[in-house]
Amino acid sequence: MTHIAATASSSTQPAEALLTTLAKGFVNRLVIIIPYLWLLFFFLVPFIIVFKISLSQTAISMPPYTPVLDFKDGVAGFFAGFRALNFDNYTWLTQDALYFNAYVTSLIIAGISTILTLIVGYPIAYGMARAPATIRPTLLMLVILPFWTSFLIRVYAWIGILKPEGLLNQVLLATGLISQPLVILNTYTAIFIGIVYSYLPFMVLPLYSSLEKMDYSLIEAAQDLGCPPTGAFWKITFPLSLPGVVAGCLLVFIPAVGEFVIPDLLGGSQTLMIGKTLWNEFFSNRDWPVSSAVAVILLLVLTIPIMFFQQAQAKAQEQGR
Amino acid sequence: MNATWSRFNITSIVLGFAFLYLPIVLLIVFSFNESKLVTVWGGFSTKWYVSLFHNQGLMDATWVTARVGVISATVATVLGTLAAITLTRYTRFRGRLLFSGMVFAPLVMPEVITGLSLLLLFVAVGFDRGFFTVTLAHITFTMCFVAVVVQSRLVTFDRSLEEAAMDLGAPPVKTFFQITLPVILPAIISGWMLAFTLSLDDLVIASFTSGPGATTLPMKIYSQVRLGVTPEINAACTILIAVVAVGVIIASIANKRREIQRQLDEQAAQRG
Repeated sequence: MTHIAATASSSTQPAEALLTTLAKGFVNRLVIIIPYLWLLFFFLVPFIIVFKISLSQTAISMPPYTPVLDFKDGVAGFFAGFRALNFDNYTWLTQDALYFNAYVTSLIIAGISTILTLIVGYPIAYGMARAPATIRPTLLMLVILPFWTSFLIRVYAWIGILKPEGLLNQVLLATGLISQPLVILNTYTAIFIGIVYSYLPFMVLPLYSSLEKMDYSLIEAAQDLGCPPTGAFWKITFPLSLPGVVAGCLLVFIPAVGEFVIPDLLGGSQTLMIGKTLWNEFFSNRDWPVSSAVAVILLLVLTIPIMFFQQAQAKAQEQGR
Repeated sequence: MNATWSRFNITSIVLGFAFLYLPIVLLIVFSFNESKLVTVWGGFSTKWYVSLFHNQGLMDATWVTARVGVISATVATVLGTLAAITLTRYTRFRGRLLFSGMVFAPLVMPEVITGLSLLLLFVAVGFDRGFFTVTLAHITFTMCFVAVVVQSRLVTFDRSLEEAAMDLGAPPVKTFFQITLPVILPAIISGWMLAFTLSLDDLVIASFTSGPGATTLPMKIYSQVRLGVTPEINAACTILIAVVAVGVIIASIANKRREIQRQLDEQAAQRG
């Protein structure tokens, strides 16, 4: 606040200084209020509505659900509405094994894909961090660039590669490695490939930024003292890159659980993931209350990793300052 | 450093980049395929590009997508920049934790949840689904990405510059536009571009929040992909990639120029 005092003393007119302070206070408040209100209205309120509608029943009308908890009948009506709330949609979710399987499958697929992405991404990030400083910005640019091309297009590109008569099978057949085309498209393998491919930059970037900061003389010291390279990696490099590992894994895992495009286009109709289930429930069955209930449970499942992510972000922000 | 950049490092980078780029390159190559079979090469041809431009539905969708992208990216950039300033400058105010939660959570929120919740909001408040609602939805989820990009620039910003300006009597708003804004401008521009491409790219949120008459390009591509892979879609994708690539290249050249100019200015200033 030193600058306000300075302004006040230089202008010699207290009224003007007061005006500046007031203006500053107003601007300050506006800077906070505008994005705050926007996010409240378009991010938080919608979740409350999702929760509300998950407690209503399907109806053949537009919108296709019975009204719950509105103020049409005044405050008394609002409270009366509490008694009318029903948890049928949630009971339904627990009774039909389909939903439970979809949640579990999604978590497992996301978990395996995250580990695969880490295994693929780590050597790339490590190689980049150890590259000559002059070419590092170019390498970084090359990792970010695919991120700018459409997600849908990148997933679509894999259909042509993985199809039974696709490019991968053509190459493998031509080289004589296989005699029968492999069935990859419309299996879980295709989903793994799709997720690893699409989310690779999200893994590489945080890994790179923590590996780049590392002091490599530590490894030289370890090796001088007789530590084998793999030992040095697990004892020094990996622990030091752990913040990057955690950030990268969260950035891949959380969106992957609710992924829709990849399981839908690469996984075919046989594979089961919760994002796809929600989509079908909404667009094919037109059951808004059940899809809301699916969303609420998905959100609850993801609350813990999302909170971890938010904390990691906040911490990174603190350190940046 | 060079000595430690071992063969293993180089191999992993080369393989990694091959993995990242090969699918896109193949997609582009096969958009020039004469044959209707996407994966069998039948000679060079640009006929799919010609038929693309005669596909009215696709052209309409492109126009909708471009307008949604420009409007939503612009509003999201303003809101995201304000959010970034709030996050870096105001460390203590009521509800700050909630605010930072609302900025960071959308970055990882599964799109199906964001899409569904926004749709239910629009139905609840009685907005007609269409162009307007898609734009609102895109502003909301892209502003958080802008906020993160701008914030990363703001944390390294030297605040003594602002203090100097204000000590010399510049009012806060003027200080912002004359000192702060020019310094963080590259971050704001890349934030805008990120918001624009995210909007261009989005299928799930648009599918939930869009209505009749506001079909975006990804929605159109998606419905065609479900019917089968055609070279025409490859051509549409190639054009989209080309547009984004040109944008990124222009932005990076502009960035580099500004950087060089800044260095020259600094040298000139040092020479006095």
